[in-house]
Amino acid sequence: MSLVRLRRDEAGTGSGTRAGLVAKLVLMGLVNALGLYGVLAAWQAGSWGIVAAALVLLVAADAVYFSRRALPGKYILPGLVFLLVFQIFVVVYTGYVAFTNYGDGHNSTKEQAVEALLAQNERRVEGSPSSPLTVVASDDGELGFAVVDDAGQVEVGAADEPLEAVEGATVTDGRATEVPGWTVLDRAEVLERQQEVTDLRVPVSDDAAAGSVRTQDARTGYVFEPVLVYDESADTMTDTTTGVVYTPNDDGQFEAADGETLPVGWRVTVGFENFTTAFGDPRYSGPFAKILVWTFAFSLLSVVTTFLLGMFLAMVFNEPRLRGRKVYRTLMILPYAMPGFLAALLWAGMLNTSFGFVNQVLLGGAEVPWLTDPWLARLSVLGVNLWLGFPYMFLVCTGALQSLPGDVYEAARIDGASGWRTWRSITMPLLLVATAPLLISSFAFNFNNVALIKMLTDGGPRFDDASVPLGHTDILISMVYNVSGLDGTAARDYGLASALSIVIFVVVGIVSAVAFRQTRKLEEMV
Amino acid sequence: MTTVRATPATRSPQAAAPEQELRGRMRPGRWARELGWRHVVGVVAVLYAVFPLVYVVSASLSSSGTLTGSNELFAEVSGANYAGLSATEFWSWMANTLQIGVATAVGTVLMGAAAAYAFSRFRFAGRRSGLTALLIIQMFPQMLAFVAIFLLLISLGEVFPLLGLNSKVALICVYLGGALGVNTFLMYGFFNTVPRELDEAAKIDGATHAQIYWTIILRLVSPILAVVALLSFISTFGEWILARVMLTSEQNWTLAVGLYGWVSSLLEANWGLFAAGAVLSAIPVLALFLFLQKYIVGGLTAGSVKG
Repeated sequence: MSLVRLRRDEAGTGSGTRAGLVAKLVLMGLVNALGLYGVLAAWQAGSWGIVAAALVLLVAADAVYFSRRALPGKYILPGLVFLLVFQIFVVVYTGYVAFTNYGDGHNSTKEQAVEALLAQNERRVEGSPSSPLTVVASDDGELGFAVVDDAGQVEVGAADEPLEAVEGATVTDGRATEVPGWTVLDRAEVLERQQEVTDLRVPVSDDAAAGSVRTQDARTGYVFEPVLVYDESADTMTDTTTGVVYTPNDDGQFEAADGETLPVGWRVTVGFENFTTAFGDPRYSGPFAKILVWTFAFSLLSVVTTFLLGMFLAMVFNEPRLRGRKVYRTLMILPYAMPGFLAALLWAGMLNTSFGFVNQVLLGGAEVPWLTDPWLARLSVLGVNLWLGFPYMFLVCTGALQSLPGDVYEAARIDGASGWRTWRSITMPLLLVATAPLLISSFAFNFNNVALIKMLTDGGPRFDDASVPLGHTDILISMVYNVSGLDGTAARDYGLASALSIVIFVVVGIVSAVAFRQTRKLEEMV
Repeated sequence: MTTVRATPATRSPQAAAPEQELRGRMRPGRWARELGWRHVVGVVAVLYAVFPLVYVVSASLSSSGTLTGSNELFAEVSGANYAGLSATEFWSWMANTLQIGVATAVGTVLMGAAAAYAFSRFRFAGRRSGLTALLIIQMFPQMLAFVAIFLLLISLGEVFPLLGLNSKVALICVYLGGALGVNTFLMYGFFNTVPRELDEAAKIDGATHAQIYWTIILRLVSPILAVVALLSFISTFGEWILARVMLTSEQNWTLAVGLYGWVSSLLEANWGLFAAGAVLSAIPVLALFLFLQKYIVGGLTAGSVKG
């Protein structure tokens, strides 16, 4: 079939390239349209980094695909773009975040922090003006306030839209009853969303220092003004009620003379602080050391156990006279075809102390704490990983065994080598050489096998002494996940999490480099 | 899954006859020493490999839906758990997972094969250093940078919501970021085994580089394309941490995120649902796997020799 197709393409070379040209033009048109849209959208949002990146990528794409040269570029570019943005850039960015205090309380830039501080610390100024207020909602259900000012003008706004005068609103008894573009809520609807209404603050103007309108009863609006005043020239915050002056400190927070800080800070670079926290702060360094050792033990033992079992089985079934080999093989590799996360969850249930299948049925009602005792939990993790991983090693070793040269074995037999000797001196080294790269990648995979750990034990049992949510079977990457706070159980600390990621990058890099060098030596030896 | 359970039963009678025949030729002692013990090992290994799968099938058919009620294998057979799945978000998770997995697999194959073709067939400045760079990048798994990816998507999402958090397209793009690093080498080795004379002959006949690539090379390397697509699909299928961090709303979750949620919150109560979900989720991967088994074995060892 392919031959027929080939001949047709050869005959119609001209039309083939014309069709190709059309396809190329259509694709490049799409790319350019998307790219230009991207540049404009980023420009509008003021994200200059994205504007620059989009422009560079767009120019590169046009240069590569419309020039007659740069032939390899045409094939590499699509993958390269994704690689640059979603792998290389994010790794570099991890390096940057590792040196900042990015996280809860330090989420944004200084201007945004100042705005947030002004907005959060507001109170009703004694004798401040009150105005009749109506609760309104936009078409997509967002709440807003319509107030009537002293001159009888209706102004309307919402949480992220400062008050603005509207034309054409109806005012009855000094209160707005109809506002174009908004729906006026009746009493029942207001009661239903009471909490939202009392929480809502509508900024008076774009300037955060001007305060906001709030209401308690949904009928009268009061202007709340910030308690804090930001002095831009001196770069200080002053509390107008107590007179305390806060100045910015090195941690990206406003700090008073007595050391009291304001709750919202901003992102600053903190040097090696995250690394010294990981290695020096006893809250993290103790668990970190234990977790580092366990991560190595876990990944190494996983590779060794799966490889040994896989190799043993491969040798057992590498026997052409054996009947039913195919059936054995197909059934044995089923665990490999089972997605890893499903297997981990399944075993988590089967190993449950009081109700699980293993304790209840296989062990006749024993109460072995498979997942809640530190050492048994580690054993269980290794056991489950053995179940998951041995079929892979079995497949790999079977493939490698079949490609081993037969004459070596013949020579060994003539020399009178025993089975054990043949295995130790021939099979094992040759298998190791053939599978070494796979063993290394298997090590690297298990080093970061977060799904298994999270699903089987969730890192548990917890360390008794740690104030951070870490446990005896946590590996480095699950520690990073817990520290980052992205699951919502702890305060978010992107800086520390990124610093830990960098440590893992370094460890994995060193291990792989050393391992690959050893492999080369092994290859030369054999 | 039924075939899985049925096979051990059907195997013994089939295998018994040839064994009789063998024993006739061999002395029983020799048979046991050379072949018999292998059958013992085989049966033990198969039991070890298969019993959790048998258990999950049985648990998914139990009507109680609890962990305790699932311990007696096949005590009852009811479809209650499977029916119960439609009251949950399970089927949207399944659809999401398949969409994301297929899109990632197709993208990975297209981009990886194109890059491997360039590295294998063209000689250009930076080729060697490019290959070395890919080898180094391969050592640094993308998911380690999940914090940075999360932060990047927050910024991207402000400009293009489609590339922001909680978007499946964004997740696919992130997965595609890992496409070149992981697979180019595997493919590069395979591309090198296709003789260059083929493309040269086509070139003399007037074929363009694009025609050579799409109509000649890609057909000849289709086994490795199948392997890479399968590996990519399977790893995307089971990927948890990036999906967990990026997909925030429940109807956008993948199976890994959703099923983790069921079991981690209420293991005892959700067990039947989980078991039914697990059986259904395993089917696509299992089917692909058995279907493409011979390619996988070949592909894995090709990688190991050429790595």
